[in-house]
Amino acid sequence: MSVALAIRARDASALPGKRDEDWRWTDLRGLIRQVPDPSAPYVGDPPPGPFDAIEADAVHILANGGRAEIDVPAGQLRTVRLRIAAQGAGAHASQVEVRVREGATLRLLESHDSDDASLAHTAFDFHLAAGASVERIVVADDHPEAVNVTQAEVRITSGGQFAQNVFTTGARRQRLETGVHHPGQGAIVRLDGVYLLEGKAHADLTTIVTHAGRDGRTEQLTKGVVRDQARGVFQGRIVVAEGADGTDARMGHHALIVSDRAEVDAKPELEIYADDVSCAHGNTVGALDEDALFYARQRGIPEAEARAMLTEAFVGEVVDRVAFAPARDVAAAWVAARLRGA
Amino acid sequence: MLSVKNLHAAVEDKEILKGLSLEVPAGEVHAIMGPNGAGKSTLSYVLTGREGYEVTAGSATLDGEDLLALEPNERAAKGVFLSFQYPLEIPGVPALTFIRTALNAQRKARGEDEISAPEFLKLARTKAAELKIDFDMMKRALNVGFSGGEKKRMEILQMAMLSPRFLILDETDSGLDIDALRIVADGVNAMRGPDRAMLVITHYQRLLDYIKPDRVHVLSAGRIVASGGPELALELEREGYDKYARAA
Repeated sequence: MSVALAIRARDASALPGKRDEDWRWTDLRGLIRQVPDPSAPYVGDPPPGPFDAIEADAVHILANGGRAEIDVPAGQLRTVRLRIAAQGAGAHASQVEVRVREGATLRLLESHDSDDASLAHTAFDFHLAAGASVERIVVADDHPEAVNVTQAEVRITSGGQFAQNVFTTGARRQRLETGVHHPGQGAIVRLDGVYLLEGKAHADLTTIVTHAGRDGRTEQLTKGVVRDQARGVFQGRIVVAEGADGTDARMGHHALIVSDRAEVDAKPELEIYADDVSCAHGNTVGALDEDALFYARQRGIPEAEARAMLTEAFVGEVVDRVAFAPARDVAAAWVAARLRGA
Repeated sequence: MLSVKNLHAAVEDKEILKGLSLEVPAGEVHAIMGPNGAGKSTLSYVLTGREGYEVTAGSATLDGEDLLALEPNERAAKGVFLSFQYPLEIPGVPALTFIRTALNAQRKARGEDEISAPEFLKLARTKAAELKIDFDMMKRALNVGFSGGEKKRMEILQMAMLSPRFLILDETDSGLDIDALRIVADGVNAMRGPDRAMLVITHYQRLLDYIKPDRVHVLSAGRIVASGGPELALELEREGYDKYARAA
């Protein structure tokens, strides 16, 4: 089952659905009876993006589909802005190929937006050479009626580092999926996410990390806030293959549910086939701490402000993990605007 | 200042305060002592407006204004401060940010201008030094990973910076060693003045050696059953609460 194939072949029966175990909470097949017509060419320029103020070495725009290639030469540092924009209610697929050569560093500032009920798919292929480092920061501001699926395959070589932070408000259905081939050998992976959902928004953050070699490290922290009838999905699978001893993997997913009708589905999975590993996962779903809320109010902070402050602090732990400071500032402002505006 | 009349309050339909009356005039420090379960903490939560504490009868006013009709933050802006028995940890919010937010919210509620950043920092540095709090601690998330004594000092620091008119100290001595107790008591005593009043809630007499009360009240089974001068605290320390428990 493939979203890209379904779009290209205009065949809704190729969409993944609830019969596919990994898609049971993001059932596209049940939702989409007919794949929309292909998107018309994008008219004009995409609206301003979240990272526009950050100076970049290159800017790529994928407007209603297309293909982008990013190649960072050995030993170089590049900051690249990538806009993935959808206009209208058509269907389209995009591809992004990323090569980071030996010892090179890429800061990828990626943003998604849509303005209508489009169906979009973006496939990423990341290839990290030995000692290469990527920090991928994704901000997704999709239209409430859009369906947007982004799938990334990440291959890391020894000593490489891949760090990812996703910030999203969801869509009618939205999935940001990341699969990492982790070679061990000192490579470090960080996969973080924040979802802030309201209305009927749906966001699905799915990650699959396969530790294939010794001495690899993976850290994950995802936090979500869901209001109204929104639905957050977190699926995190960490596989430690036979012989991948010395693996150190930690996964955390914590969600605040702000209304009775909101829903969070979480499936943290550790599959361990090696003996000498250190793996841990923590998963909590709950409400804001009423005691802390009263404490803040007793000090004079009005309820709405106290709630916003505590919620922002809850999410802030993830924001603080963004290493590239200008992007961290963008993320902090993005979170504050979405929480205070709600 | 504070006037409580015939106060009845219930938690989950169980009546805890059963006709409590209390007058604390401006300039005075009153101690509330009593056995566990007498309603001491309930009194502090009812006065500060915590959810789940339902007032079924009676009144509580501060300078004639009905406290019970106000939201917790409105009471704070009127000058009511509770030093918590167990101060809460606020992950992700630096102590300085928290206190500044609180101070500015109170000022806004009173129609005053926000405090300027330099003025705020100067105030914070001065008060932290007085309470022997390392200023770097103020940049850390409030109370997260702080020891019991540090949390209590942080309560007094907030109190000093927010400059409330009516102070409620709920078991402020619990978890403090003698040195920390002295620092905390000095901080509290520095706030005594003709325009302020305090209610010191404590199970043990020890705290009252450091914060000397003008009046001592015994709270038992939800009512004040005896009142007297400081000597009453010493009597309780010697003889215990038994006779008052029976009286109630």
